[in-house]
Amino acid sequence: MERNTLLMLRERAARIRMLSVEAIYGAKSGHPGGSLSIAEIIAYLYFDKMKVDPKNPRDPERDRFVLSKGHCCPALYAALAMRGFFDESELKKLRKLGAMLQGHPDMKSIPGIDMSTGSLGQGFSAACGMAARAKREGMKWRVYTILGDGEIEEGQVWEAAMFANMYKLDNITAFVDFNGYQIDGAVTEVMDPTPIDEKFRAFGWHVSVIDGHDLEAIEKAVSEAGSCGRPAAIICNTVKGKGVSFMENNYTWHGKAPKDEEYAIAEKELREAYEKAAEDSKNGR
Amino acid sequence: MADKEATRAAYGRKLAELGEKYNFYVLDADLSGSTQTAVFAKKYPQRFFNCGIAEENMISVAAGIAATGVPAFASSFAMFACGRAFEQIRNSVAYPALPVRICASHAGVTVGEDGATHQFCEDIAVMRALPNMTVIAPADSASTEAILEQLMTLQGPAYMRLGRYAVPQVYARGEHKFEIGKGLVVADGRDITLAANGIMVSAAIEARALLAEKGIDAAVLDIHTVKPLDEALILHYAAKTGRIVAAEEHTVIGGLGDAICSLIAQNGGAKVAKVGVNDKFGTSASAAVLLEHYGLTAAGIVARALELLGK
Repeated sequence: MERNTLLMLRERAARIRMLSVEAIYGAKSGHPGGSLSIAEIIAYLYFDKMKVDPKNPRDPERDRFVLSKGHCCPALYAALAMRGFFDESELKKLRKLGAMLQGHPDMKSIPGIDMSTGSLGQGFSAACGMAARAKREGMKWRVYTILGDGEIEEGQVWEAAMFANMYKLDNITAFVDFNGYQIDGAVTEVMDPTPIDEKFRAFGWHVSVIDGHDLEAIEKAVSEAGSCGRPAAIICNTVKGKGVSFMENNYTWHGKAPKDEEYAIAEKELREAYEKAAEDSKNGR
Repeated sequence: MADKEATRAAYGRKLAELGEKYNFYVLDADLSGSTQTAVFAKKYPQRFFNCGIAEENMISVAAGIAATGVPAFASSFAMFACGRAFEQIRNSVAYPALPVRICASHAGVTVGEDGATHQFCEDIAVMRALPNMTVIAPADSASTEAILEQLMTLQGPAYMRLGRYAVPQVYARGEHKFEIGKGLVVADGRDITLAANGIMVSAAIEARALLAEKGIDAAVLDIHTVKPLDEALILHYAAKTGRIVAAEEHTVIGGLGDAICSLIAQNGGAKVAKVGVNDKFGTSASAAVLLEHYGLTAAGIVARALELLGK
């Protein structure tokens, strides 16, 4: 990855974090922990990898993205707004009556959303359905999806994993956001989904395990996934709540908004990180 | 054409025929021989996915295919297609209003010997409750085929209920125009209206003849589309005859009978009686024996009609 691209993507990820938490604070509800842990993955997909066109969001030739862990949509909404699919002011209306930006992704109302998700497991299957059609008809676009580590406790995920292998869907790349926590606590204490990599391997998938905040590692894994000839899972070791000191690795921040005094701290930390990343990007450091 | 045929057979045959004219996908969950999607699969393997015994994945995969811009037909037994995968239908299909058609066979008690676990008599009720969902229960082969072709171009999702049991061929091909959302006047009448769908249409026609022997002139309506309900037609016959017997191979809770009761309760104009499964699970026996057992017969309809008429 070129240095300039890396610095730009770091800046995009930092801005995704800042806008996500601002939107959740404005909504007085939402899921900050998992939105913060997927910022680099989303930044890489929307600002480097995926072929999408904000002016033609339903372009049949576009790459598809399905946020199977739909509750982390603030990060996706932020990226779509930054990419120009809609105005950033929409983020301030998140989760409010009449808002375009629903609590979970709604493909009917939101430009750039390829699948309505929110009920865990279903987005992964839908992503496989998209890939299945593309494969059968020789379409060149790819499908990307992000699953949560808690989400893979859903049995449907493994039905879909079997399906993708059975029909040799080499055009789907699934990220597993392995941040280690779900609503009730550590995933290993609630319902242990590990070893995640071995499970996907056993289901016939190509698997890589990376640091999900390392943009160069993401790029390498995605590139490998694109040429491995099999459905590919990228297990991303991430930090839940990444970037906000008191949210990091604290499962109680899975699904609640910060209060005023908490937001003041979070906003400062995220804004400073963003400003530094923006400065670095500008100066090419 | 035999005098009797199961609607699933018409479905499989017509799907394969329509494969030439339309681009669509077909999915099944290891029951393609039973649902008859195997006929399509053999002719168009490139547009068929056997999803194995994994209905939840099948419905969401169908949603993903539909999201790329082509209709997807997902079939299994009604119990599993729309019972087990109900939430996938709600959230992945109905909410985004995707062109997925859940065409489920083996609905109702006429599954027969397999018994209660496989006799889904609540499918219309749960599908009808979903926003955006069109809900259809055709009576025979001709109507199944005609409606299936309309499903190729219908906007949004649909549920079509098909049966295992060979039913009388009510209509000759081309005799009637079937239109989703429009009831069909099978026979006019002035004393009472028999509104039925699915396998109960032929029972209603038989009931009409039995009532005629008693000097009662019964109208017969085929309300194949339970949602959206042809309210104008039903209200017209409510006003005209003042009495309606609603007949369906389904629980009396939430199906055609309740849809009509709800309409009449808000508009007035008729007394309504329901013929259906009375809030009970099914049981093992042959389909014919079960129809007698649950009163899903011409005689069952006649008995309710006579009650309504005070005779």
